[in-house]
Amino acid sequence: MLVGVPKESSAGERRVAASPKSVAQLVKLGYAVAVERGAGAQASFPDELYVEAGARVVSRAEAWGADVVVKIEPPSDSEIALLSRGAVLVSLLAAPRSPELLEKLAQAGVTALGMDSVPRISRAQALDVISSMANIAGYKAVIEAANEFGSFFTGQVTAAGKVPPAKVFVSGAGVAGLAAIGAARALGAIVRATDIRAEVAEQVESMGAEFVGVQAEAQKSSDGYAKEASADYAAAAARMYAEQVKDCDIVVTTALIPGRPAPRLLTEEMVASMRPGSVVVDMAAANGGNVAGSVAGELVTTANGVRIIGYTDLPGRLPTQASNLFAQNVVNFLKLATPGKDGELVLDMDDVVVRGMAAVTEGKVTWPPPPVAVSAAPSAGPAAGAGAVPAASSPKKPRDPRVTWSVLGVCGLALLGLFWVSPEGLLGHFMVFMLAVVVGYYVIGNVSHSLHTPLMSVTNAISGIIVVGSLVGLTQSQHEGRTDMAILVLSVAGVLLASINVFGGFTVTQRMLKMFQKG
Amino acid sequence: MLSYSLQAGAFIIAGLLFILALAGLSKHETSKRGNVLGCVGMAVALVVTVLATQLGVAGSGGTERSGGLPASWGLAAILAPMLIGAGIGVFRALRVEMTGMPELIALFHSFVGLAAVLVGWVSYLEGAPAVNAGLHYGELFVGVFIGAVTFTGSIIAYLKLSAKMKSAPLALPHHNVLNLAAIVAFVGLTVWFVILPADQHVGAPGAAGGGVVGIMLLSAMTVVALALGLHLVAAIGGGDMPVVVSMLNSYSGWAAAAAGFTLGNDLLIITGALVGSSGAYLSYIMCRAMNRSFISVIAGGFGSDGLVVGEAKDYGEHRETNAADVADLLANSSSVVIAPGYGMAVAQAQGAVAELTAKLRAKGVDVRFAIHPVAGRLPGHMNVLLAEAKVPYDIVFEMDEINDDFPDVDVVLVIGANDTVNPAALDDPSSPIAGMPVLHVWEAGQVIVFKRSMATGYAGVQNPLFFNDNTAMLFGDAKTRVQDINQNL
Repeated sequence: MLVGVPKESSAGERRVAASPKSVAQLVKLGYAVAVERGAGAQASFPDELYVEAGARVVSRAEAWGADVVVKIEPPSDSEIALLSRGAVLVSLLAAPRSPELLEKLAQAGVTALGMDSVPRISRAQALDVISSMANIAGYKAVIEAANEFGSFFTGQVTAAGKVPPAKVFVSGAGVAGLAAIGAARALGAIVRATDIRAEVAEQVESMGAEFVGVQAEAQKSSDGYAKEASADYAAAAARMYAEQVKDCDIVVTTALIPGRPAPRLLTEEMVASMRPGSVVVDMAAANGGNVAGSVAGELVTTANGVRIIGYTDLPGRLPTQASNLFAQNVVNFLKLATPGKDGELVLDMDDVVVRGMAAVTEGKVTWPPPPVAVSAAPSAGPAAGAGAVPAASSPKKPRDPRVTWSVLGVCGLALLGLFWVSPEGLLGHFMVFMLAVVVGYYVIGNVSHSLHTPLMSVTNAISGIIVVGSLVGLTQSQHEGRTDMAILVLSVAGVLLASINVFGGFTVTQRMLKMFQKG
Repeated sequence: MLSYSLQAGAFIIAGLLFILALAGLSKHETSKRGNVLGCVGMAVALVVTVLATQLGVAGSGGTERSGGLPASWGLAAILAPMLIGAGIGVFRALRVEMTGMPELIALFHSFVGLAAVLVGWVSYLEGAPAVNAGLHYGELFVGVFIGAVTFTGSIIAYLKLSAKMKSAPLALPHHNVLNLAAIVAFVGLTVWFVILPADQHVGAPGAAGGGVVGIMLLSAMTVVALALGLHLVAAIGGGDMPVVVSMLNSYSGWAAAAAGFTLGNDLLIITGALVGSSGAYLSYIMCRAMNRSFISVIAGGFGSDGLVVGEAKDYGEHRETNAADVADLLANSSSVVIAPGYGMAVAQAQGAVAELTAKLRAKGVDVRFAIHPVAGRLPGHMNVLLAEAKVPYDIVFEMDEINDDFPDVDVVLVIGANDTVNPAALDDPSSPIAGMPVLHVWEAGQVIVFKRSMATGYAGVQNPLFFNDNTAMLFGDAKTRVQDINQNL
C-alpha cells in the first residue's frame, strides 16, 4: 500500500508527519511512501533525504491520493476533497471538539484515525503523540520563558557579585510538566512543582524538583488523567498558588482536564503580586488558559511588567524534534496495524488501541469509542463472603522492654545455675563452643549473597571433620589385644562417609569458585 | 608417642584455618584462598589424628585412651576407607551438574549426619569414662539424636530436590503434634538413659556384659530421631528448600559439635559450632527473604491449609509474544535486566541465557541480572549457575541492589521465576505471600515472562504480573525460547 505524506498547509505549522528515518522504517514494513515536494523543508528534512530513505517525491495531489495519508494537523475542507474514497487518514483530529470535521470525513467515505485519541494504556505509550508532543512543549515552554526572562536561570558567584538562581514553579506534573521541570533544572534553576494527584510527588522529586502539596484531601486517578477538584481543595490550592507565584520568577502551568475548559489556576491578583520581569507560560492557553489575562498564541505584558506567554504551537517551535517524534509515533502505530509486515494495513477494531483512535470508520462516524479503564488502577478487594478470610494480621505491638530484660535475666540466672552444677571438664569445652558459635555468626554475616552456595559446600566439607571422631573410635576397637568387630565396622563406615564429605566438599567448592569470573 | 600438646596445638591451628576459610569466602576475590585454607586446615587435622592413632598420645590428662592400632593392619584400616571415601567424593564432585548442586549438598549433609550417629554409637560401645559417666551419656545421646535427624532429613531433601519424590509437602493429620511427641519421647529417653544404673550400660566399668537396656534405649531413640527427620522434611514443600538445605547444614554442624563434646575433642566442637551457626544464620537470611518465620517453615505444610482467598479473581487477559519480537525489542533497548528463577535451572537454560547476554552486550545493551535471595533451591543457586555459564559476576546483582533501578530499565526478562516477581506480595494483603520482598520487575518499561504455561507458582498463587499491559508471555521451554531469540538477534 502507498503511504502519502502531504505538506502541512495551516499557517505557521512547520512540522511534518514523516521523517527520513521513519520513511525507512515504513519501507521495511512493506509500504511504498510518497512525500509531497518540500513537505519536510521547514523541519530541516530536504527532499533528497526522503529519496535516500526510499520514498518518492510527488505532487500534492498524488500525496493526498495515497491509500494511507499521514499528517499532523486535521485536514482542511479542500484537503478532504483530495482524499480518495476508502483511504485511511492518520493525523491529529481533536475528535471530541470537532464533530463537523468528523461528519465531513464520513461523507468523504474515508477512515480517520486520531493520533491524539490513543488510549492511555501502557501498551499504547509508543504511539501516544499527546505524550511526545507534551514532552517537547514542556521543554520549549521553559526555553521561551528563559528567552523572555531578564536574568540567569542558574545561580553564580561572579567578581561583580552574587547572582541568585531563578525560581521556577511548575503546575501540573504530567508529561509536559515533568519535561519543563527537567529543562528548568538543567538550566540551573530552583524548581518547585505541584499536581492535584498527590501520587506523582515521587516523579517530581525524581526529576530534581521539590513537590509542593495542597493541604487537603487529594484525589487518586483511575484513568491516568486529572479530574476536577472539590471546593475545599480548590480553596487550599488557591492559597498555595498565591504563595508560590509571589515567590517565583517563572511560572509554567500545564493543567488540562480532558474534554473541559482548562482550570483557572492563577487569578489576576496572583499575577499582579509577581515581581516585574517575571514570566508566566500558560501551556493551556488554547483551551481557555490556566492564567488570567493569557491570550492564546500571543505574548502579553501586564501592567506590572509580568510577561504571559500563551503560545499554542510550542511543539511546532521545535519542528525537527517534533517531526521526528510524531513520525516515530506514526510508525509505531503502523507497526501495530501491519501484523504481516507486508505493507497491508489491517485495522482490528477489537483492539482497544485501534478502536480508540478510529473516529471515522469507512464513512461512518464511530466517535466516541467505548471507555477503556487504565489497567494499573487497583482492583477492589476480594468479594465479601468468600469465606475463610484470613484474620487481619494485627500490627505487632513493641514489647515492653522490662519484659525483655526480665526474660534475659531469668535465662542468664538459669544458665549460671546450670553451669554451677555441671562438671568442670564440660565448661572448658562449652567456652570453646560458645566462642566458635559467635565467631561463626559474625564471619558469615559478611558473606556476599552470591557466594552462599560455595559457602554451604565448604562448611559441608569442614563438617566432615567428624572423621576425626571416627578415627578416634577406630583406635578403641582394641581391647587387651582383642578386636571389637562392632566398633571396628562402625568406625570404618564413619571414616568412609566423612571422607566423602571432606574430599567431595572441597573439590566441588573449588570447581564452583573457579567459575566465578569478573567481566 | 605424640605429645598431647602437639595434638591440641595442631587442632587450634586447624580451627583457625577453618575460620579464615569461612572469612575468605565472603568476597569473590578471596574466596579461592579461603577454600585452600580450609583444605590446609583439614589436612593438618587429619595428619595429626592419623599419626595419633598410629603412635598413641602421651600425657592426655590421665585418661587411658592412648592405645594405638596394631602396626600390622592399623594404617590400612584407616587409609582404605579414607581413600574409598575420597574417591567417591571427588568423583561425585567432578561429575555433578551445577543445576544438581542442591541435591549433592543435601546428600553430603546426610553423610555427616550418619557419621555422627556412628561416632555416637561407637563411643557408647566403648564404654564411659570413670568420671562424669552421666554427662558423657547425655552428650552422646544428644549427638546421636541430631545426627539421626540430619541423616534422614537430608535424605528426604535429596530425594525431593532430585525429583525422586514429590516435592509437595506431606500433610499428615496433626503433624505438629507428631513432631512434638517425638521431641518429648527424646527428652524422656535421655533422662532415662542418663539415670540408668551403670551396670545396665554396655561396656561400663563393672557391667557384666549385659547392657541390653542401654542398647534398647539408644536404639529406640535413634529410631525416633530418624522418623522425626523424615517427617520434618517431608512436611516442607519444594519452594522452602533453600531454608531446609541451610537448616540441615546447620544441623550437621551441631551434630559434629555434639560428637566433639562426647569425645572431649575441641576441634570437633569449634568446627561444628562454626558450621552450625553459619547454617543457622543462612537459614535466617532465607526466611527473611520470604518474610516468614523460621518456625513456620520448620512446622511445614505451607499452602496446605487455609486456601488462597481471591484465587478466582479475574485478572483479565494475558498477552502472548514470540521470539522474533522479543529479539527485536531487546536489540532496540538500552537497558535489560534478567530475573532468573528455578525454572531456568530446570530447563538448563543458563548457557543460552549467557549467550544472549554476550550478544546483547556486544551490541552495547546494558544487561544485568537480578537475583532474588530465594530464587532456586539453594542459597546462591542462581549465582552458581550463571557463573558456570560464564556470566561475569559483576553484572549479577541481588534484590536490594537492583530493586530501585527497575523504572529506568527498558526490558525485563523473567525466566522461570514466578512468586519472586509477584506484585501481589506487596499490594494484596490476603495473598499467602503478602509481605514477602519481591523484585519490582513490573516497574520496567516492558516485561517478558518465559513460562511453560499459565500454571501458578510454587505458592499456588496467581501472579497479576502476567496480566499487566506491559507484560508479554513467551510460552515454552525456557532454553529453546532463549535459543530462538539468540537466532533472531
